[in-house]
Amino acid sequence: MSSFKALAALLAFAGIALPALGYAASDDVASLRAELQALKDEYSKRVDALEQRISTLESMPVGATAEAGPPVPAPEPTPSTAGYGGQSTAFNPAMSLILAGSYTNTSQDPETWRIGGFMPGDGEVGPGARSFNLGESEITLSANVDPYFSAQMTAALSAEDEVEVEEAFFRTLALPDGFTAKGGRFFSGFGYLNEVHAHAWDFVDQPLVYQAFFGGQFKQDGVQVKWLAPTDLFVELGAETGNGDAFPGTRRNRNGFNGATLFAHVGGDVDDATSWRAGAAYLDQRAEDRAFEESDEFGFPLVDAFSGKSRTYVVDAVLKWQPVGDPNRRQLKVQGEYMRRRETGLLAFDTQGSNLSDSYRSTQSGWYLQGVYQFLPRWRAGLRYDSLDSGSPRIGLVDSGEFPLSAFPSLLPADPDRISLMLDWNPSEFTRLRAQFDWDDARGVDDRDRAFRLQYIYGIGTHAAHKY
Amino acid sequence: MTNFIRSVVALLMLAAALPASAALKVLATTADWGALATELGGDQVNVYTATSALQDVHRVEAKPSLVARARTADLVIASGAELEIGWLPVLIQESGNKRIQPGAPGYFETTSVIMLVEKPEHFDRSLGDIHPQGNPHVQLDPRNIAIIAKALTQRFAQLDAAHAQYYEQRFKDFDTRWQAAIKKWESEAASLKGVPIVVMHRDQTYLCNWLGLNQVAAIEPKPGMPPTAGYLGQLVTKLKAAPPRAILVNAYNDPKAAKWLSARVNAPVIVLPFSVGGTPGAKDLFGLFDDTLNQLLAVLK
Repeated sequence: MSSFKALAALLAFAGIALPALGYAASDDVASLRAELQALKDEYSKRVDALEQRISTLESMPVGATAEAGPPVPAPEPTPSTAGYGGQSTAFNPAMSLILAGSYTNTSQDPETWRIGGFMPGDGEVGPGARSFNLGESEITLSANVDPYFSAQMTAALSAEDEVEVEEAFFRTLALPDGFTAKGGRFFSGFGYLNEVHAHAWDFVDQPLVYQAFFGGQFKQDGVQVKWLAPTDLFVELGAETGNGDAFPGTRRNRNGFNGATLFAHVGGDVDDATSWRAGAAYLDQRAEDRAFEESDEFGFPLVDAFSGKSRTYVVDAVLKWQPVGDPNRRQLKVQGEYMRRRETGLLAFDTQGSNLSDSYRSTQSGWYLQGVYQFLPRWRAGLRYDSLDSGSPRIGLVDSGEFPLSAFPSLLPADPDRISLMLDWNPSEFTRLRAQFDWDDARGVDDRDRAFRLQYIYGIGTHAAHKY
Repeated sequence: MTNFIRSVVALLMLAAALPASAALKVLATTADWGALATELGGDQVNVYTATSALQDVHRVEAKPSLVARARTADLVIASGAELEIGWLPVLIQESGNKRIQPGAPGYFETTSVIMLVEKPEHFDRSLGDIHPQGNPHVQLDPRNIAIIAKALTQRFAQLDAAHAQYYEQRFKDFDTRWQAAIKKWESEAASLKGVPIVVMHRDQTYLCNWLGLNQVAAIEPKPGMPPTAGYLGQLVTKLKAAPPRAILVNAYNDPKAAKWLSARVNAPVIVLPFSVGGTPGAKDLFGLFDDTLNQLLAVLK
């Protein structure tokens, strides 16, 4: 042990004296010596304390807790920010990996799944393939870039061995007056569920209204500005624009801002146990030759396309109840969203064939309401109801007598709905095992698909902080 | 019309000017740091506490009301060491408030001035929800409170230089009373040294270390993991051989497992406030320790 003391003293000497030698005038030598002596004393004190702790530990029976030694409050408060370590790896971004997968049973062929009365969009919709399926594996890296910006990327590796940049954006850290700006590719901030990553959903899949209106989630390459009011009531206003690529819009080979999204959220507490947030949003998109597959009366596939304006209104609300005292035991979360979309423009029939085109106008709406109740520390049960109303579109080609309405099977009016029941078990914050049963009439044909899914979600790496 | 615009502009300027003249706005993550900020800041600070003693600070939602408070805060007082990792980063990120970003003067972590115990030697989630930087529940050793109080006073003075003297004065006054109280508590609790007890979670470690209580077991098999029936069974066997004198539970814990164990190993359950506000007696920081010792001594005399 004495060699350890000597080494500590030597290190202390090297650390203090060597850089000092360069400019130490001879009259500083005395003060340096004193300093050195103080350092030596402190080190030997610390070494003594350590030795004492070691001997206490050694004298303890194996398996006893290692914290029985004397408490050591820091001798000198050295204000520092925890988390800013000294190793070269300390600047590595926070990393996390989400693994997900499922087992699916459906009573009807999932290949025939569609949302009745709605033009099919892009994106991953429907219950997925039967039997065992690997879900998306999400890798997220994030870190502050400098005092002014932070950056984050989420890459999703699909079961089909494709890599998708799910999100990749920068965010400002130092704008004044409650402003934050974001740029890159990101989930739009409107509504409640749009911004939530798949692993944090309360059900295996998105509500039908998100699948029908946005092909799952709305994201585009663009910019976002948010402002938070300096009030005790939470008031947030946001605006976004981008390249307009995301469904229901399309890329239009046009300079400047393509489409706009405006949203607002307000929120607060009812009492110590209950909190809420509500919001409204407006999305203004343009589509040009937004193609979708149809089949003619003989069942041959053909492609139709919509061009025109697409305007969506969204209203969302969420209420959470967490009784005070043991928050882990019981919790209730109720949320609902309503969307309404008006599309006006032109509908082209068989773009690769006759390519006849005439006016098109539709008003469609949909909503869901869901509740998730945590009834035991590790167990949650959920119930969700989805409902869509396709409305009756005004199709110029039909009104003029050119085609019967049956020439557009996707657009036949329908009222799809679905009931979902969910049960999940969360042995830790990083594991979720879930069972979900759907009584699904998304097709709107009153012949319900009975879908049963089992899902696992694992998170490794950095402990994620979740939004409200 | 111009009159209208003028009055709107005047109103906006007034609104912008108001917060500037008000006291330092503090957002404290726990009731203890809120109480300490009030002790040291007096009427120069306006303290909002994000959680109550009846909540598990590990698991709090980043509620809209908290984001709104983070927006206007001049100073965030957090425990740090990843205690609030599930929600505080979201508050800070969503707040749009550059004053409270980590590294800025308006962000203060109390554990940054304390030598943490139970720093794990290797990190693996199979060990439970461990804190890589050490045990963050530092408030239950009053000597830690004194160290944090000094550092927090410096931070107040840094943020509000005009009242630096005021804060220094209040700190001196607090520190005098606090040091006297520590002496009193330590003499009262002398009989507790070496008494074997069972804890719920490792968040009572600093208390046990301070008082010399002998932590013989924890009801949580691993940090953050609720006990299983099998583990509790083993615990009963182990504890029957060397029975503890008491089982310590925090006000926010579900006492079910502790009561179950209590009946089998013949040791009473003691409910401790854990944080300011956890019990009716724990009205402030002095009350927190007064009541903690009262509860302990009532059973372990």
